[in-house]
Amino acid sequence: MIITVDNLSKRYRLGQIGIGTFRDAVARTFLRLRGHNPDDHIGRLDAGIEGHSGYASYKRAQGRSGAWRASESSDAESKPRSEDGYFWALRDVTFNVRQGEILGIIGKNGAGKSTLLKLLTRITEPTSGRAVLRGRTASLLEVGTGFHPDLTGRENVYLNGTMLGMTRREIDSRFDAIVDFSEIEAFIDTPVKRYSSGMYVRLAFAVAAHLEPEILLVDEVLAVGDISFQRKCIGKMSDISSQGRTVLFVSHNLASITSLCTRCLVVDNGRVDFDGVPDEAIRRYLGLNEAVAGEIRWDDGVPCPETDVARLRRVRVYQADGTLPAGMVDRMQETYIEIEYENLCEGEHLAPGLLLRDQVGTPLLVACNAPGFILGSDAWYDRPYGKGRYRSVCTIPARLLNARGYLVTASLGSTASTVHIVEEDVVSFVANDLGDSGCPQGSSTSFGVIWPELAWRTEHLAQGDDQGEVSRE
Amino acid sequence: MNSKTTVEYVIEPNRNWLTIPWREMVAYRDLLYLLVRRDFVAQFKQTVLGPLWFVLQPLLLTLVYTVVFTRVARIPTDELPPVLFYMCGTIAWQYFAKCFGGTATTFVGQAHLFGKVYFPRLLVPFSVVISGVFAFALQLLMFLGFVMYFELFTVASSTIQFRPAIVYLPLIVIQMALCGLGAGLWLSALTAKYRDFAHLLTLFAQVWMYLTPVIYPLSRIPENWRWVSVLNPVTSIVEWFRFAFLGSGTVLTAYVCTSVAVTLVLFFSGVLVFNRTERTFIDTV
Repeated sequence: MIITVDNLSKRYRLGQIGIGTFRDAVARTFLRLRGHNPDDHIGRLDAGIEGHSGYASYKRAQGRSGAWRASESSDAESKPRSEDGYFWALRDVTFNVRQGEILGIIGKNGAGKSTLLKLLTRITEPTSGRAVLRGRTASLLEVGTGFHPDLTGRENVYLNGTMLGMTRREIDSRFDAIVDFSEIEAFIDTPVKRYSSGMYVRLAFAVAAHLEPEILLVDEVLAVGDISFQRKCIGKMSDISSQGRTVLFVSHNLASITSLCTRCLVVDNGRVDFDGVPDEAIRRYLGLNEAVAGEIRWDDGVPCPETDVARLRRVRVYQADGTLPAGMVDRMQETYIEIEYENLCEGEHLAPGLLLRDQVGTPLLVACNAPGFILGSDAWYDRPYGKGRYRSVCTIPARLLNARGYLVTASLGSTASTVHIVEEDVVSFVANDLGDSGCPQGSSTSFGVIWPELAWRTEHLAQGDDQGEVSRE
Repeated sequence: MNSKTTVEYVIEPNRNWLTIPWREMVAYRDLLYLLVRRDFVAQFKQTVLGPLWFVLQPLLLTLVYTVVFTRVARIPTDELPPVLFYMCGTIAWQYFAKCFGGTATTFVGQAHLFGKVYFPRLLVPFSVVISGVFAFALQLLMFLGFVMYFELFTVASSTIQFRPAIVYLPLIVIQMALCGLGAGLWLSALTAKYRDFAHLLTLFAQVWMYLTPVIYPLSRIPENWRWVSVLNPVTSIVEWFRFAFLGSGTVLTAYVCTSVAVTLVLFFSGVLVFNRTERTFIDTV
């Protein structure tokens, strides 16, 4: 084991803002002298503000459908995260890492990932527990740490490199490779304050990429730079691990987690919620139940409750090139949602439908292959069905979904308004951005439930200095 | 990189704050060198006069003191030419002040850096003190130039003399550095917790200067109050400079010993307090 983490915990005092000044410290001392507990006078921070409001509504959404009940987090709730004016950012985290592993760490904002990394990099100290790192360790919590704007690229390479733990001699021997990697040879003797932000990041990452520690701790730094450069960095990181080095990698970029990591931790509420293969970890992270990821089948079919006219057999999400693991799709391609059902009653009109929700339960769209809903062109649109099995496929256009998790509710009815069967949130899937979004900063998720490509049209109305002319016209 | 030597980092709560990571600081010595270089280079990028500012600034200050304190306030200068008297005091004080002021904001000023990467934090204040030596050396050269001028071309030459004590200069410079560092480390630790001290810093440095015989000779302080002034470790340092370079000044073994003892206490306690603060300061910054 190259890294052993044993019951590592970190506790923060809440209302920390209150003791920032000397005056407050004096006030606290006075309160103590008068027999009060000063902590009673300090505002409390509820764990709920930790970016969990979305999560809470997801939990509610989960509660609606029985199939989704899982035993998860009952343990976490038994030990509250904040108590008596303290907040546990990390609680009893235990895991081991073997040499050569690339361990991904994912979790929601405020889950404790960054705290974990801060403890392992010795930026701050744990409250209890212990961790041992066996080998030279370098950490990369941001690119360009310690870059000084007035120094030249060359000087900053040395400054930044030694800060990350290299010696000058090591940098000497790798200097040419670093400059090569950064692709900015021509500007290496220019002060970095004159660099474009892209050049700055390239140079900074080039230094980081040439660290050759035995253990590398990385936080979310791939989210900078353009796509081709990001690819290069990911390639470099894979190289690192093939040389037997160990990498701990915190990221929100699920695509890079799947492509890089050999193992993944899900951190939730300051605890390790899951430790295992990345694909499964991502499903866990998105709150998606493994049993329903991508596909669900009912061997006997789901009957209509009163009139047993039809049965739901299967719901599946897939794409034309099925290279991604089940339940994962590429948002840049068309996604198909397939509903398979059986008609038991000759001449019945059937209307398959679906409801798409995002992972926190916000309804996104409803689709139904029936009159009164769309003017369909499907061969079986508004036609009496003969007995037998049918498969209807609904196409979700490419570049509509955002890079996040979605839930499919399938329904079967006679018309758009007469619905017999509703199976809520039976299939889940994750849309990934595999890096071709053209989003230059590489932030591969956008706000919002969907991310369609909308057209823009801009007209130049007037020159800046003859606005008056225009208004007179 | 030698992978055969297995380094092991143990991360535990409450690591003993008496353990100062000297060995690690040696491993990071290249960073110390580059921090010193950065301080030096960055200070004068985009200035026309560059390192000339190192000597211009004390020169101008000396002129101001000479005019204000000799002509206006008429404070005696131990029979020395006022320009030399004030320049000597100013240069000695300024190096100390640079060590003190430059390190006192370590935590607050470097919070962003300290939150992103680990290296022995003490390197930052150490680099400030080391880079300050260059400025001090230049200023000292300028001062010697003035001494030469007065020695050769003025009647004041009879009052000026070098003393053999001058060979202790390197030790005195180290003492100044440790003293400024000790005070600076204390203040940086206090400022990390209570920002109030950041506001007090300038005032504090100013008051300290007036408590030190920079603009007046120690001999002007009544004999029975002198011990108070001597408790201030910088007093003895400034007096030593005047004694060694100009030949007048009150330097007694007892004073020097007190000064050294106070310096050592200040320095080691400062390092410990800094070390204690460093462990978790990023949680509260």
